[in-house]
Amino acid sequence: MDRIVQDCVGTALARQRKGSMTSRQRTTVVAAVCMAVSMSACVLLLRHIDQIRPQATLEDALYINSPKMVKRASMGFDGLMACIYWTRTVQYFGHRHYDRAHTYNELAPLLEITTTLDPHLFPAYQFGASFLAPAPPNGAGEPERAIHLMEYGIEHNPDNWHLYYDLGFVYYTELKDYRNAAEVFERGSKVPDAHPFMRIMAAQMAAHAGDFATARMLWSATYETSRESNIRMNAIEHLRSIKVDEDVTHLESDVAQFREQVGRFPSSMSELVVAEHLPGIPIDPDGNPYIVTAEGRVLVQNPDNFSFLTKGVPPGYKVPMPKFHTHD
Amino acid sequence: MHNAAIEILGLEKTYMVGFWRKRPKRALQPLHLSVEEGEIFGFLGPNGAGKTTTLKMLMGLVFPTAGTARILGHDWTDPEVKAQIGFLPEQPYFYDYLTAHELLNYYGQLSGVPAKDRKRRVEEVLQRVGLTDIKGVQLRKFSKGMLQRAGIAQAILHNPKLVFFDEPMSGLDPLGRREVRDLMEQLKQEGKTVFFSTHILSDAEALCDRVAIIHKGELRGVGAVEDLTSTVQGKVEVIWQGTALPASMKSLGAECHVTGDTVRAVLPENQQDAAIDALRRESIRLIAITPLRTSLEAYFVEKLQHSQTTAGKMQ
Amino acid sequence: MSLRIIHIARNTFREAVRDRVLYNLIAFALLLSGAAIFVGQISIDIERLVVVNLGLTAVSLFGIVIAIFIGIGLVSKEIEKRTLYTVLSRPVRRWEFIVGKFFGLAGTLVVNTFFMAIGVFGALLYVAHKFSRPDALILVALYFIVLEFLIICSLALLFSSFSSPLLSAVFAFALFVIGSFADDLRGFAALTHGITRWFATAAAYLVPNFSALNVISAVAHQQPLGWQLILHNTLYALFYTAMALSGAVLIFERRNLK
Repeated sequence: MDRIVQDCVGTALARQRKGSMTSRQRTTVVAAVCMAVSMSACVLLLRHIDQIRPQATLEDALYINSPKMVKRASMGFDGLMACIYWTRTVQYFGHRHYDRAHTYNELAPLLEITTTLDPHLFPAYQFGASFLAPAPPNGAGEPERAIHLMEYGIEHNPDNWHLYYDLGFVYYTELKDYRNAAEVFERGSKVPDAHPFMRIMAAQMAAHAGDFATARMLWSATYETSRESNIRMNAIEHLRSIKVDEDVTHLESDVAQFREQVGRFPSSMSELVVAEHLPGIPIDPDGNPYIVTAEGRVLVQNPDNFSFLTKGVPPGYKVPMPKFHTHD
Repeated sequence: MHNAAIEILGLEKTYMVGFWRKRPKRALQPLHLSVEEGEIFGFLGPNGAGKTTTLKMLMGLVFPTAGTARILGHDWTDPEVKAQIGFLPEQPYFYDYLTAHELLNYYGQLSGVPAKDRKRRVEEVLQRVGLTDIKGVQLRKFSKGMLQRAGIAQAILHNPKLVFFDEPMSGLDPLGRREVRDLMEQLKQEGKTVFFSTHILSDAEALCDRVAIIHKGELRGVGAVEDLTSTVQGKVEVIWQGTALPASMKSLGAECHVTGDTVRAVLPENQQDAAIDALRRESIRLIAITPLRTSLEAYFVEKLQHSQTTAGKMQ
Repeated sequence: MSLRIIHIARNTFREAVRDRVLYNLIAFALLLSGAAIFVGQISIDIERLVVVNLGLTAVSLFGIVIAIFIGIGLVSKEIEKRTLYTVLSRPVRRWEFIVGKFFGLAGTLVVNTFFMAIGVFGALLYVAHKFSRPDALILVALYFIVLEFLIICSLALLFSSFSSPLLSAVFAFALFVIGSFADDLRGFAALTHGITRWFATAAAYLVPNFSALNVISAVAHQQPLGWQLILHNTLYALFYTAMALSGAVLIFERRNLK
């Protein structure tokens, strides 16, 4: 009896298997396909939307007049919002820098919002010092706002020597206000645990503000004390340009000396080298020899490789974009 | 020629239990059963036997581990066949923010009852289950008995050919149970098939053409009620005058109860003649001899005991 | 088939209404009128800005809360209360049930938003004394908010199909918050490297992109919105909803209802 039943069951099952899909299987297939298609469509649409709204994350910065409103809207999650805004700031600047923008109107608001949300977010101050003050395309060209930002930072973190450094940095590099720079470095050197070179910088500012050595010290310090890649790259570029400026200055004084002695400009660099007993053909940080022109100017071979030259470029030459920044 | 309304072909269900879901627990052994059209079929068993699991599998609420079934000739997973079946779950819950009229109207919509017939059918079926004067009363205010009636109403609303009831009598007072029994008879008269599960054997005995008994997930017996009960040894009731309890009666295996000035004894059917002789010998006046109809309960108990002893022996 | 979906949707709507969900409109009305009157009194020249910002933010938040709180129970409550048994014993397909529930909830939110929109425009009229052309942008913002609702409803339904109400609420709310920063998330993902980048990018793209749908500040400042954005957002919302609902259907189809 059992075997008969089992036979019946077997045939029934076999018949079922040969038959068409059950409605449940059909639904599963349709739903799975729908899900896959929808997922792909969503990804594609998102990419389009991102292209349509490139300034997506900056809308708040555009419309918010008061950073305090952002703080209130964060409902206590200030720290997290500060981190988010800081990341937006870095990306904002990076993208615009890459695109050779002429304005950075949102940089100051973004930094102000970031530091209002978290006054102890130190990288923001350093970023502001490096990029708020310089003129476009290297920065926002708003040194006063940079000063304001630094002083806000100092007010909230009076024992952080680096903020004084940042403030002094702005006075020195952009405003060329050596007196104020010296004073700020002096203040900063008095903070407990201040880095020893604060004292040194204060002294340098006072006596040798315009010297290459001072500038080199400052930019080296910036390079060493920052971990943010934009800031470090910027510092390196400055150091390279300082080297060229320094070399060109020395070379031009050699040319002047030559002229005095020989009565004309040197016809070539080798002639100058021999006459002035220079150690060898002088080369720039890229390894290319300097050129002396017929009018007695010393030029660097590829001025485009250096972003912050004040010397060694032909007249009427326009400074190019820094090449250091890479698009992510 | 009767067609099978339900054919259960090896449906089985094994649950994986335990923290890592590794231990198998067999809720239902492979079940083979068929129910004819037009009959009232009882699915009996104690609580936890697997009755509700079987019903849920047939309804497509739970998916079997193996096996298939056919309902009214169609594959049991065919959604269209559900338009011809009705289901009353055990202790039903309904959307308690709806009134009975709204609920039935909604179910009617889902079952495909045409709009023009719906209103009339709802009224009819509410009358039939005895729910009157409940217009505008939300289901959350219904008593258990009223909910049960509403449940029956929604099961027969769309005039299905086959109806499944899971414990239809639960929550009803004796009058209510009588009404439900009458209703099930009426359904049979109308040519419908009724499949109902219960653990109350007297109901099954009164109503069913055939029954199946299930215990611990296993089918123990299937057949017409008389056929099943006839396999169990019958008993007779002997009543005699006086309060004497003769030893001879006891030796026949009689269970005696003294009530007032009569004794009532129950003994096996085949001892009937011997009992009469014994009483005559003792000059005791016989008042009555009545054959006791074997109840389904006796059959049931015997089947369960048998399975337990078998299990015991196997261990 | 489609009729059954409509019936289920209407029943879901009815359930929400009888659950007194629409009473939230009273709270909303009080909030907005209070703000409008307050701002109108002190007259600080940004009345319009406040009303638009506050009004639209309230529409958005109230709706999200309703969507989550009703959505998480849509399936799990029916399973828990076993009201599902008598529904599924009828010729209702499981996927029809999911889709019907979705439309019911979405419909509830659309109706709710409609009334709220009247409130916002009313308050705006009160403080600005007249409508100007850029106010039509508020309608676009409201439309985008409705698209947000569709996405959140479908997510709540997805979670409801396999998870308890509490967990569903947590997941849905978390996705709402993360989705509001979806732009930043994609930006972060682009800064990572290697294996992390894969996971981060996948996560960033899967998260619902509420940031593109949140144009409240722009509209408050009367900035124009391109038709391209409207089109893309609409398509995105529809596809994302379809994706979440397909997921819900797939899960629900396989569920054993104990």
